[in-house]
Amino acid sequence: MAAKKPTKKTNASADELKAYYKTMLLIRRFEEKAGQLYGMGLIGGFCHLYIGQEAVVVGLEATTKEGDSRITTYRDHGHMLACGMNPDGVMAELTGREGGYSRGKGGSMHMFSKEKKFYGGHGIVGANVPLGAGVAFADKYKGNDNVTFTYFGDGAANQGQVYETFNMAALWKLPVIFVIENNQYAMGTSQQRSTSSAEIWERGKAFGIPGEAVDGMDVLAVKDAGERAVKHARSGDGPYILEIKTYRYRGHSMSDPAKYRTREEVQKMRDERDPIEQVRNILLENKYASEDDLKAIDKEIKKIVNDSAEFAKTSPEPAPEELWTDIYATEVPQEA
Amino acid sequence: MATEILMPALSPTMEEGTLAKWLVKEGDTVSSGDVMCEIETDKATMEFEAVDEGVIGKILIAEGTEGVKVNTAIAVLLEEGEDASAADSVSSDAPAAAPAPAAPSKPAEAKAPAAPETDTTPDWPEGTKLKKQTVREALRDGMAEEMRRDENVFLMGEEVAEYQGAYKISQGLLDEFGAKRVIDTPITEHGFAGIGVGAAFGGLRPIVEFMTWNFAMQAIDHILNSAAKTLYMSGGQMGAPMVFRGPNGAAARVGAQHSQDYAAWYMQIPGLKVAMPYSASDAKGLMKSAIRDPNPVVFLENEIMYGKSFDVPDVEDYTVPFGKARIWREGSDVTIVSFGIGMTYALEAAEKLAAEGIDAEVLDLRTLRPMDTASIIKSVMKTNRCVTVEEGWPQGSVGNYITSVIMQEAFDYLDAPVINCTGKDVPMPYAANLEKLALLTTDDVIAAVKKVTYK
Repeated sequence: MAAKKPTKKTNASADELKAYYKTMLLIRRFEEKAGQLYGMGLIGGFCHLYIGQEAVVVGLEATTKEGDSRITTYRDHGHMLACGMNPDGVMAELTGREGGYSRGKGGSMHMFSKEKKFYGGHGIVGANVPLGAGVAFADKYKGNDNVTFTYFGDGAANQGQVYETFNMAALWKLPVIFVIENNQYAMGTSQQRSTSSAEIWERGKAFGIPGEAVDGMDVLAVKDAGERAVKHARSGDGPYILEIKTYRYRGHSMSDPAKYRTREEVQKMRDERDPIEQVRNILLENKYASEDDLKAIDKEIKKIVNDSAEFAKTSPEPAPEELWTDIYATEVPQEA
Repeated sequence: MATEILMPALSPTMEEGTLAKWLVKEGDTVSSGDVMCEIETDKATMEFEAVDEGVIGKILIAEGTEGVKVNTAIAVLLEEGEDASAADSVSSDAPAAAPAPAAPSKPAEAKAPAAPETDTTPDWPEGTKLKKQTVREALRDGMAEEMRRDENVFLMGEEVAEYQGAYKISQGLLDEFGAKRVIDTPITEHGFAGIGVGAAFGGLRPIVEFMTWNFAMQAIDHILNSAAKTLYMSGGQMGAPMVFRGPNGAAARVGAQHSQDYAAWYMQIPGLKVAMPYSASDAKGLMKSAIRDPNPVVFLENEIMYGKSFDVPDVEDYTVPFGKARIWREGSDVTIVSFGIGMTYALEAAEKLAAEGIDAEVLDLRTLRPMDTASIIKSVMKTNRCVTVEEGWPQGSVGNYITSVIMQEAFDYLDAPVINCTGKDVPMPYAANLEKLALLTTDDVIAAVKKVTYK
């Protein structure tokens, strides 16, 4: 018997846990591969990796239903993989190729999927917050019970438009879940140095928006909180705030030497709190999966990621004509 | 199988760097995430981590080496248990060049300037029943008709509902369409513009009213970055079919912060359409086209024009297409190009010039993006002279752009330099006399026309 007990009584079945493990691992391996391709010069510009934060999107995606929407910032690869977008299309967008989700015209920070109701992929810190509330506004207007997950970081939480949005979302009872992915560093500035309050979610109280802080390294805790948030927003009670305390292992972007924190701090988080290791332990300790089962999953994920990299390398660059397409629509691309 | 570890690119612009320090030595086992070496880029010293597991078989670049090009092999990684001699026969993982596009393609280049073929059909046929209407009423009717036509169209903004509009443009809309579709917002332009764009992403057709365009400066990020660029960034998957509207430019005695003309600003943005009507019929017809347009439209109105009356066709569903200039007055001596309130000065000047025997042709662009440059060129080829008229500032003006188009497409037809009549290059003063001096006048236009006609 392992000395460490499973974190808590799990609110997920063995199959569900295996699925979370698999998706988190997919994100981790995908991001490692993206980092590698960046180093090789195959991915250019800015590239913000999600490594360490995997439990946030995976836990929340477990609470969604068909019709729900999601929107996030430029650290968006994990969100896309978690909502079921094709890794090939995401990786090929990173390499700026025709097979990418935006046919190479968006890049790492700007990808979208009409099919998955993934509304991007936004590069202006804080701007996706009112956009997400707007998507929720459209759902309320149409009278359905869909909700919109609007992800942003602890850095964006200091933008004025976030609070303009909190005010209107509460006033109009918009079905939006504000997910603050607090990875503790707004680029290189720690929360202590940038943010007057330790608990960002409590700012919602000023607008009458309920919320809570969540352990973002524990996918089951995220899912648990996500269910409360979804229940609230879906039933017409308006917005809900989840401040998910997470941690990114890599720099802000590929060119960040991360000198604002110690290597020991990162290593401690990896060793003691890693979201993937936590699920791995639960799976093994509860005998939901054997080492061999997990090895098979690792192998499967490795293949998916390697295939996506291969696709992203071999997909052609967009045709020069693409320069001039998609500037104006001739018909509405997104019908109600 | 042994693989090469390559010098990584560690910033968007890095081409080479210094291998400052090795933290591993030959024979060390590394796993994913272990720091192998420190690399100095032009910006910082970065730690370079292993991606794969293995044993460092050979170090190829000694520490302290400067100017190591990206993708140079710096070490060889062996698989666990692999013999060190394998380090001599490595497979290179250096990236191949990107495959060329599959489709046969022409070199990308800007579209050739449109030949001066123009649509000169009148806005309404001879004999159409007309009614006198103010620009204010025309704008409201345009919105109301489209709201009746499509239930996804809604209006949001400050004081648009219960107050009936700060300038009474939305008078009566709350009564007819209810609070679900005519929505008072808090004073929070940045936020409600963003919510409007998000609602458009989500399938609605928002009309976002700014009490004046001056206040839209707080929201300009959403107009440009969120609304105008999303269709392109998403490869055509989604966009923002919506209208941003409100009064633009100087009103009267309201000072510098409330008196700016944004025509030239928004005209510059690919992905946006920009309308700036002068007459009531255009206000209505362009508003209806703007609401139906599948793209974000910036609709620039003018407070002084709201109360002016014009003939408006008394027909069902009157629309005006984007990108079609209207010739208000035909003439042979000079072309005066304007739009919005500038047309007031252009037409008045033409009237006075006619009395002096100068026959001016007056073009109202009506929309600035798309811009009907073909009609300008066609007219200039006839008159050989051009004066542009706008209230905005001179540097980077709409007139500057028109002038460059004429230079490129009709240079040989010009008998005089093009003159841009604009507002003066100062913030709008409050004092009555100074404000008058800052604004464009009919006399400015007359003087410019005389200059280009050498009269």
